Amino acid sequence: MKYIDEYRDERLARSLVAELRRRVTRPWVLMEICGGHTHTLMRYGIDELVPPEITLVHGPGCPVCVTPLEIIDKAIRIASRPEVTFVSYGDMLRVPGSSSDLFRVKAAGGDVRIAYSPMEALRIARANPHRPVVFFGIGFETTAPANGAAVWKARQEGLKNFSMLVSHVLVPPAIRLLLASPGNRVQGFIAPGHVCTVMGYRQYEQMSQESRVPFVVAGFEPIDLLEAITMLVAQLEEGRAVVENQYVRSVTREGNQPAQRIMEEVFEITDRKWRGVGMIPESGLRLRREFAEFDAEKVFRVEECTAEEPAECISALVLQGLKKPVECPAFGVRCTPDSPLGALMVSAEGACAAYYHYRRHSVPV
Amino acid sequence: MCLAVPGKILEISETVSGRVARVQFGGITRPVQLDFVPEATVGDYVVTHVGFAISRVDEEEAARTHQMLEAMGLLESEL
Repeated sequence: MKYIDEYRDERLARSLVAELRRRVTRPWVLMEICGGHTHTLMRYGIDELVPPEITLVHGPGCPVCVTPLEIIDKAIRIASRPEVTFVSYGDMLRVPGSSSDLFRVKAAGGDVRIAYSPMEALRIARANPHRPVVFFGIGFETTAPANGAAVWKARQEGLKNFSMLVSHVLVPPAIRLLLASPGNRVQGFIAPGHVCTVMGYRQYEQMSQESRVPFVVAGFEPIDLLEAITMLVAQLEEGRAVVENQYVRSVTREGNQPAQRIMEEVFEITDRKWRGVGMIPESGLRLRREFAEFDAEKVFRVEECTAEEPAECISALVLQGLKKPVECPAFGVRCTPDSPLGALMVSAEGACAAYYHYRRHSVPV
Repeated sequence: MCLAVPGKILEISETVSGRVARVQFGGITRPVQLDFVPEATVGDYVVTHVGFAISRVDEEEAARTHQMLEAMGLLESEL
């Protein structure tokens, strides 16, 4: 397939790895922020291909993983109402809430449907004008424009039965928090290619300068990641710290203007709790007041609820790059994709799920 | 979730939800909203995420990267 196959070319991979071996003279710790990157790295064994001096740690860029427990519980409350059609990305269905999950609501007869786009939820709403249809709007900046556009279109059409449960999170505040944390050992960042397709990469320039840490925006195929790692190592070895773009076929410095405009029009920045990390100020998006009739939290008046995580789950430590999934005593034993203790084992991009699918054999017995 | 795939625009139509393209991804085609890439035309490749195109693949840039990498590959085989 065009623009995919070329980026999986084995000869190119080998020459990039050789280039890396030539360049690296000392240990470096790199973090990939995005869950999609984690999966490519694990699936193609890139973490094992790169020279041993390079340590790759996994960051919090998995929106399913960081959706707060309280929001999952709210989703379950709304979806459990017999009159509601609840539409969600498939990932979210098995994420454990305090005492249940959306899949169990569906199994018990709830009208919970999987969609790959908020446009499907709009279609369902149009086709069923007498049923309230709620879309579970989670994700990073990559997904926010689509969710924003759906709400904007709903208002334009005058849809009366559509609302969205919004829990968007933003990448830069999380990176800033990581950089400021005293235990931080990350020396270079692989920046998220599709978040940056939407937002551009200007936001990382100040961070890079202030913390003297290089960033390289990377695509999602194995060649993209190998090239990005090579670019990061080159900067580190040369003592440079700037933001570079490897994913030039999709990312520009300014990003996608129409997408940013719809985000600006429909959403505003808010404080947001990240599951496993805690409250990060101004790190989320919520619907603006003008769109209140499309805000499921307001429509269904779901009150604030506190929730507690299962004690064994070490998601917090994994999300911050402090522990690997295989170091968790429950990994693969009491916590598997079929019976997850935490969100990282559920999500297609969760680090624990990645390790379970591609690296289970390395768990010490 | 940040999974976005490049696909080829086969045709474009105006619908009640705006400009929608029929995009080919390998063996399948799907409808994709073009709200964020108004300049996209038939034959273009777009990176799509949750039913929306978020960028038009810049063929020139893609070729440049590819050429660079190919040059490295060739060099490697000569060593």
